[in-house]
Amino acid sequence: MNRLSPFNVVSLTFGFAFLYLPMLILVIFSFNESKLVTVWAGFSTQWYGTLFQNEAFLDAAWVTLKVAVMSSTLATVLGTMAAYVLVRGGRFMGRTLFSGMIYAPLVMPEVITGLSLLLLFIGIGMDRGVMTIVLAHTTFSMCFVSVVVSSRLSTFDRSLEEAALDLGASQFDAFRLVTLPIIAPAVISGWLLAFTLSLDDLVIASFTTGPAATTLPMKIWSSVRLGVSPEINALSSILIGIVSVGVITASLLSKRHAVRVRREEQAAQRVT
Amino acid sequence: MAQTVFAPWDDPQQKPLIQFVNVTKRFGDFVAIDNLTQDIYEKEFFALLGPSGCGKTTMMRMLAGFEAPTEGSILLSGKDIAGVPPNKRAVNMMFQSYALFPHLSVWDNIAFGLRRSAMGKDEIAARVEEMLTLTRLGKFGRRKPHQISGGQRQRVALARSLAKAPKLLLLDEPLGALDKKLRQDTQFELMDIQETTGTTFVIVTHDQEEAMTVASRVAVMDEGRIIQVATPEKIYEAPNSVYVADFIGDVNILEGTAKANGDESYAVDWGNSVPAIAASQRPFSDGQKAHLAIRPEKIAISAERPADAVNAVQGKVLDIAYLGNLSTYHVELPTGQVIKAQSANTRRVSRRAYTWEDPVWLSWSATAGVLLEA
Ligand SMILES: Nc1ncnc2c1ncn2[C@@H]1O[C@H](COP(=O)(O)OP(=O)(O)OP(=O)(O)O)[C@@H](O)[C@H]1O
Ligand SMILES: [Mg+2]
Repeated sequence: MNRLSPFNVVSLTFGFAFLYLPMLILVIFSFNESKLVTVWAGFSTQWYGTLFQNEAFLDAAWVTLKVAVMSSTLATVLGTMAAYVLVRGGRFMGRTLFSGMIYAPLVMPEVITGLSLLLLFIGIGMDRGVMTIVLAHTTFSMCFVSVVVSSRLSTFDRSLEEAALDLGASQFDAFRLVTLPIIAPAVISGWLLAFTLSLDDLVIASFTTGPAATTLPMKIWSSVRLGVSPEINALSSILIGIVSVGVITASLLSKRHAVRVRREEQAAQRVT
Repeated sequence: MAQTVFAPWDDPQQKPLIQFVNVTKRFGDFVAIDNLTQDIYEKEFFALLGPSGCGKTTMMRMLAGFEAPTEGSILLSGKDIAGVPPNKRAVNMMFQSYALFPHLSVWDNIAFGLRRSAMGKDEIAARVEEMLTLTRLGKFGRRKPHQISGGQRQRVALARSLAKAPKLLLLDEPLGALDKKLRQDTQFELMDIQETTGTTFVIVTHDQEEAMTVASRVAVMDEGRIIQVATPEKIYEAPNSVYVADFIGDVNILEGTAKANGDESYAVDWGNSVPAIAASQRPFSDGQKAHLAIRPEKIAISAERPADAVNAVQGKVLDIAYLGNLSTYHVELPTGQVIKAQSANTRRVSRRAYTWEDPVWLSWSATAGVLLEA
């Protein structure tokens, strides 16, 4: 292990403090006894208790969860399909244009995405609610999924699919039985990414929702305007927890797979 | 010996199983296969031999259906297979890179193709076990491909392609990673399989000894063209060009000019005091440039000049390569040319007759070499 120089220690400390101190304060204050957010009065978990009795929050949480599961699943299916065609489809007219265009929504300001979707939904006369948020979230998180999946596909050994075809599998079977199981870790991390993106989106959801559906970030936003309550801190802490678990799982999933393959290969070399 | 020789290519009645008709394959500007026409017959063991990048794999991939010819057509049993997708062809291929499914066990890899057919569960299990036994992988059925060694992987790939007992089996360097013993065993097993199932094999190999052992015919390729197709003996004994002679086995090439020396006999002036006498059915005009190709084992080495030798030259031993059963002597002639002569080691090394710097005589008969156009 290399020892860090004092300069590096200082840089690291400042960098990470800047990143994580606000969240840390939020989490600490969610365990505050006092109703005043900025005054520490002792440890308590009471706000988590009251949170779970707050119908409005629970409703919003349920809506958020539904939206996240549906949109991330839909985005994973569509994003994987898009990635597959762009990486595997060979040369077709406008391929470069299409693969460029798939990245565009990644850098598009959310306000514009939200606004354009709102106009679309109004235009086609769709009632705004859970379904419109799901569609909107699918639209933007699909790009993230397809970026993750296509980077995996581009290193995927094409001859595996050819071998499957050669052994009599149809194109679809070759994808289902060979390609998909092998790229599964990338597809799952794509799903988790889409899930967390949907979970914490405020802007696009606000644009595309109707009166019937309020997501958790929207609920938090509107209650914060009336003043920060310790309850909100508790809720936010839970969200931080969920998102962290999602992101960490996604990265571990791909890392553990690589480590396992390497370990087993070493084992095989010892055997022979 | 009432056995009839297997030589469908000499029989005009026979219909070829595979026909390449003026096939050209280009990748962009690069010509990988150059106007190639070749028939391959049923039950043949057809070996493709050639330097790296000469288009062997490309030929295989066109047969399997992964590449389409740019020009010309490929016929299977007389029918053009241009539009037939790989999964509809009665052709299986063993990939040079093995292409084993990493997420499936060895057992499931072998069963993959069988499960795509209408075979019953028990039948599949029986067939997979049969294949595992054949390739001596019985103990490894449950392992994943990354848990076995390179040679074992190669055998899994072989077993997987054999499992469906296809009409045509394409093997792209099937035995390269095996040790000599296992390779020979597998070669004989392949020939056995071929005899019992009547499958047609097209095999790519870098190992000419392997091609000689297993093949009914050998095709020597260079830069997308087939230079010569013939039985292993013909290729070895009567190569049609210096390229083929040089590619298959070890050879001495004596460059010179031919001069008629009686009926189907020529004297080749190769810069030595005496011309080399060589028999040739191929006609040469006087003064025509010619290459005389002689295999090292056809050149005898002796201390005295053999009395009845048609061709004999003197030189001194430059180098000796001991190969176990054989020794190759590199003999330098007064002109500076180096000739390789090979002799069987019937005696122990310690009593070897010649050593470095020894003056020796090299001799060969008029029919020992093949006279080739330069
Ligand atoms: N998809 C491709 N695109 C462009 N060039 C290709 C492609 N496939 C093969 N080639 C070229 O065609 C030539 C023949 O390739 P091929 O794979 O048939 O060689 P090979 O005889 O099998 O060689 P090796 O013995 O090394 O396997 C090579 O020069 C190769 O670079
Ligand atoms: Mg090859």
